[in-house]
Amino acid sequence: MRNRCNSAVVLSAIVLVCCGALILGENVSAAGEGKISGTVKLDGTAPHMRGIDMSKDPYCVKAHATDPAHMENVVVGQGGGLENVVLYLSEGLTGSALTEVPSQVPVFDQKNCVYTPHVLAMDINQKFKVTTSDQTTHNIHPNPNPMTGNIPWNQSQPPGAAPVEKSWKATEMIPVQCNIHPWMHGWFVVVKGPYATTDASGSYTINNVPPGSYTVTAWQEDLGTQTQKVTVAAGAAGSANFTFKAK
Amino acid sequence: MGTQLRNWSLLLVAAAVCALPLPSLAQLTQLDLQSRIGTESHIGNITGHAKDAAAPYRRYCVGCHGPLGDGEGENAAWMDPPLLPKPRNFQLGIFKCRSTPTGTLPTDDDLFDSIARGFDRSSMPQWSTFTKQERADLVAWVKHFSPRWTNEKPGAPITIPPEPEVTPERIKAGRDVFARVQCWKCHGVLGQANGPSAATLTDDLGRPIAAYNFTEGSRPKCGDTDRDIYRIFMTGLDGTPMPSFADNIKPDEAWDLVFYLRTLMKQNSKEKQMARQLGLKPVDPNAPAGQQ
Repeated sequence: MRNRCNSAVVLSAIVLVCCGALILGENVSAAGEGKISGTVKLDGTAPHMRGIDMSKDPYCVKAHATDPAHMENVVVGQGGGLENVVLYLSEGLTGSALTEVPSQVPVFDQKNCVYTPHVLAMDINQKFKVTTSDQTTHNIHPNPNPMTGNIPWNQSQPPGAAPVEKSWKATEMIPVQCNIHPWMHGWFVVVKGPYATTDASGSYTINNVPPGSYTVTAWQEDLGTQTQKVTVAAGAAGSANFTFKAK
Repeated sequence: MGTQLRNWSLLLVAAAVCALPLPSLAQLTQLDLQSRIGTESHIGNITGHAKDAAAPYRRYCVGCHGPLGDGEGENAAWMDPPLLPKPRNFQLGIFKCRSTPTGTLPTDDDLFDSIARGFDRSSMPQWSTFTKQERADLVAWVKHFSPRWTNEKPGAPITIPPEPEVTPERIKAGRDVFARVQCWKCHGVLGQANGPSAATLTDDLGRPIAAYNFTEGSRPKCGDTDRDIYRIFMTGLDGTPMPSFADNIKPDEAWDLVFYLRTLMKQNSKEKQMARQLGLKPVDPNAPAGQQ
């Protein structure tokens, strides 16, 4: 009986240590950067993106006189590449990669009454800027869940307004809207650690990835998330291609 | 013995997994509330205690705001926005009437004033019948529903310079501000809440919401003194489409705008008389910028 208890204790210790290792990920050095790249594609017919009626605001109508505006929920390029998919390392970050905050300041512009880019990815506490290139008043109104620690705010940006500089405290996919132009809809995607957003061809490269084993998550606003395990060795790049099924 | 060991290890793995910190997005429970029952408020030299408000809340507030403060009391189902707004969800910690910048917590005084003032065009009456101590206790009680007060401090109240003397020039300048920042997009050129964007407005929870109609004679949601009106557009009404204009209207211009807004209101005022003498025309949204 006593013996059994002892083995149980030893075994439980082993189990706990293993769990710990799993949870914390392998102990890798943050030095020596690698990258993970690939493409994200849509399998199937691209959904119809309906045109936007901007007749509420003649300025917006005029801005799209020769280039009609469409919804941007699912943007498919040449060869089925999916644009605006955010890729980030949802598991496997260790050490300084968990605390580093990039110094680049990504910009979210209000131009011709749409958001450019439609999806802006950023790190926790990374500063970002909201600018306006339009001669009409917008209100920039992100709507996070306050229970995450991200607090909603709502600021006006009349023509010529100075940029608004902000950051977010927690990882979250935050919808952004303009109440004055209700078709204006975009996303602030707040992640922890290195990230990338796919370009018009669906390609991406996550830079500054220390060697290690990771779970890469691909997020698309309408099609959801997918994950893949990727290992990055020192001096070698990892790769992960994703395919989302059309709904 | 082998089976026994396996059972043990399974149990331990389960225990280890359960002990992982999970994001705390779950609904608020009575347990969370109990842990924050010590919440206080400070109104002047009065200290409010959440625990002392349990009974009055149950008697006067729970019917609309609900036992967990989520705004889902049994009366809430009968309120249909935009005509009758839903009760506030205190768990989110987002409040319209603040003296503090957008995205920050209101001060205890802001909540205290809101309880006393009530909200025109809603089911929330004025609770000025409560003593100051009772109201201060209720402020603490409202705060204890949201974890925000554990994690954050209220914002610093915005500075409101002393109100200048109203002049015809200031009213005209206020009209220019109204045109430039495009208040009329929602509120309409005459303040009748019929601007081009008025019909599609929704609050942060996706419910229809109306822009304020200046011409009906009802009181603005967050008060009707000149300072209240100044505060409304310089802080924004969080949780609603009304943004903060603090970055885009200078303090002196803000007073001009207050004076112009008075000219749109139903109530007679010095501003209204001056506007009449000036023959002031409403903003023309179709004119080029600067000539509206």
